[in-house]
Amino acid sequence: MNAGQTLNLEPRTSNAEPSRSSTPVVPPPAVEVHDLTVAYHTKPVLWDVDFALPEGKLVAIIGPNGAGKSTMLKAILGLVPVSAGWVEIFGKAPRDQRSIIGYVPQRESVDWDFPTNALDVVMMGLYGKLGWFRRPGRKEREQALAALAHVGMADLAHRQISQLSGGQQQRVFLARALAQEARLYFMDEPFAGVDATTERAIAGLLRELRSSGKTVVAVHHDLQTVPEYFDWAVMLNLRLVAAGPVEQVFTAANLHATYGGRLQVLTQAAESQLKKGGAVR
Amino acid sequence: MLSLFTDNPSLWYVMGGCAILGVASGALGSFAVLRRQSLLGDALAHAALPGLCLAFMLTNSKRPGVMLAGALASGLVGAMFILGIVRGTRLKEDAALGIVLSVFFGGGIVLLTAIQHQPNAAQAGLDKFLFGYAASLVPGDLKVLGGLTLLVLALLGLFYKEFKVLSFDRAFGAALGLPMRRLEVLLTSLIVVAVVIGLQTVGVVLMAAMLITPAVAARQWTHSLGRMVLLAALLGAGSGVVGALASSASRNLPTGPLIVLAVTGVLLVSLAFAPRRGIVWSWLRLWRHRRKVRQENLLADLYRLGEPAKDWTRPCDLPALTAVRELPRRELAKTAGQLQSRGWLEPAGEAWRLTAAGLAEAQRVVRNHRLWELFLSRRLELASDHLHRDAEEMEHTLPPAVVAELEQLLGQPRVDPHGEPIPVVGQARGRSA
Repeated sequence: MNAGQTLNLEPRTSNAEPSRSSTPVVPPPAVEVHDLTVAYHTKPVLWDVDFALPEGKLVAIIGPNGAGKSTMLKAILGLVPVSAGWVEIFGKAPRDQRSIIGYVPQRESVDWDFPTNALDVVMMGLYGKLGWFRRPGRKEREQALAALAHVGMADLAHRQISQLSGGQQQRVFLARALAQEARLYFMDEPFAGVDATTERAIAGLLRELRSSGKTVVAVHHDLQTVPEYFDWAVMLNLRLVAAGPVEQVFTAANLHATYGGRLQVLTQAAESQLKKGGAVR
Repeated sequence: MLSLFTDNPSLWYVMGGCAILGVASGALGSFAVLRRQSLLGDALAHAALPGLCLAFMLTNSKRPGVMLAGALASGLVGAMFILGIVRGTRLKEDAALGIVLSVFFGGGIVLLTAIQHQPNAAQAGLDKFLFGYAASLVPGDLKVLGGLTLLVLALLGLFYKEFKVLSFDRAFGAALGLPMRRLEVLLTSLIVVAVVIGLQTVGVVLMAAMLITPAVAARQWTHSLGRMVLLAALLGAGSGVVGALASSASRNLPTGPLIVLAVTGVLLVSLAFAPRRGIVWSWLRLWRHRRKVRQENLLADLYRLGEPAKDWTRPCDLPALTAVRELPRRELAKTAGQLQSRGWLEPAGEAWRLTAAGLAEAQRVVRNHRLWELFLSRRLELASDHLHRDAEEMEHTLPPAVVAELEQLLGQPRVDPHGEPIPVVGQARGRSA
């Protein structure tokens, strides 16, 4: 892209980062996105996005359909080619930080009729650490079982995945990410299409991850629950509208800028935010 | 049967070759099918043809090693074209497969025709690769094919868990840092090798069946990838042997198509009879459910007919029953007979009446029906004329746990939205009882 070339003229200081390593007083942000532009063919999906996320927060990526929320996650993870800009995870390129990143893809992105059971899927979370040519053994099975128990699915470990409900499938994906024992988790719509029990379980899990110091970045579609479940929000609509603590950025003006004319959703969300008095927890 | 082998010593080689082909294509085909690339094998088999012809034109020899190397090379080129087209253009995979299949096959046919017009005796039989010619298998072929199969299986074993992630959740694998593109190239290359192994036996045109059919059949029987791969390999090998034997017994019938027919037979049996996924079982489940619904409806009708007089076990005859539910009399009588043999109905002249056990069952069904109506009207706020049809289905399927939950949710109700009392199982008694 032409835009990419001009934008790349900016000095990419953080790749060299001599200053940062010599001053370890300020820890690098969990995620730093700089000038990120992603295009599919010639159509831009994300344009010139900048933000930095601190460690230990629950971060919601919100925005209307087609705003580039999932693309944002995939670009950070290096799953889609980036036209311009860069991403750093704790001050390093994402590909050097694979072992501390956990990923929960959208539930609909896989074929749940695949011949395997819940335990097997969770064990996939350990394949990265296992390395080439090694098969998962007893230790891995126990780790996977523990992760399943963590999401309340221990008794369904040997259930064929097509026999699980949507919420249970989502919890299997979460357990797989937990098994990765990451420091930073990326989740693509973890609350989409789940039952009330699973929603409570996931919300509890997020809080638990936060209290053990982990960072979670989740694409989220339900504006009502943003202040309840998350500390930070990244508001996207092709470009970045706002990024920061929920009580600061989750405002009617920002929601309006993000969602355009879809006012009904907005007023509801803003009202619910007002009712809670901006309190996050 | 024994004379078959003594008369035809080469039958052992043919059988061996067919079994080897079945193992390789069954195992690799499982991955192709699960990745929704069933037609990949078809495209790759056709893509191998020009390589076969070129190898012959360049060396003027039909040695198995040379021919296979040619097929392998052009199959791989075809595979890379497919992967490249999908990655580098806006064309979708089906278009890429179609393009590679027709372009390579067209080129192959042109070369084949050119070769056949050469004044050269050695060219005879090259067209056998179109439909396969298993009878031409010799010990030398077997060594090459066996070696290739071992190589394919070894690589499949080494990269098994990576191929599993690739097939189930590619994005997750990439996020783990696994080189998914390279793994995809490797898996596709292994499929090319499996295709080339089968070319001499079943031929270009039918090779796709050997990749798809055993895998689909195996999927019917198991819910584990490992077992599916193993079973597909066994089914492929078994079909190969059966096809070879059938062909040898008949002498005039071609081996390749017979193998394909054998594996298709396996598939049909699997589609029909595999537990849970088989069509026959789902028919059986449906038939049982319908019978249960007919029986429970009759019990409920008898209960409702006795309701105005609070005489739940009074006899009802066919005209009374057909008045509340339009059903052929023969079917009603049949259902009544079934209920009679379960001890829920007893005959009373031309009519039937509920037994004590039958009354309890009828109360259970009517209770489910009215509880559900109440739930719909109270919780989902449906209008009273929207309740009955839904409850008519739910009364047969509500599990006891859900019924208990409904009772609690609705506060142990006594009356349904239409003002009818909700029966309690085993409480009301018939006048005669």
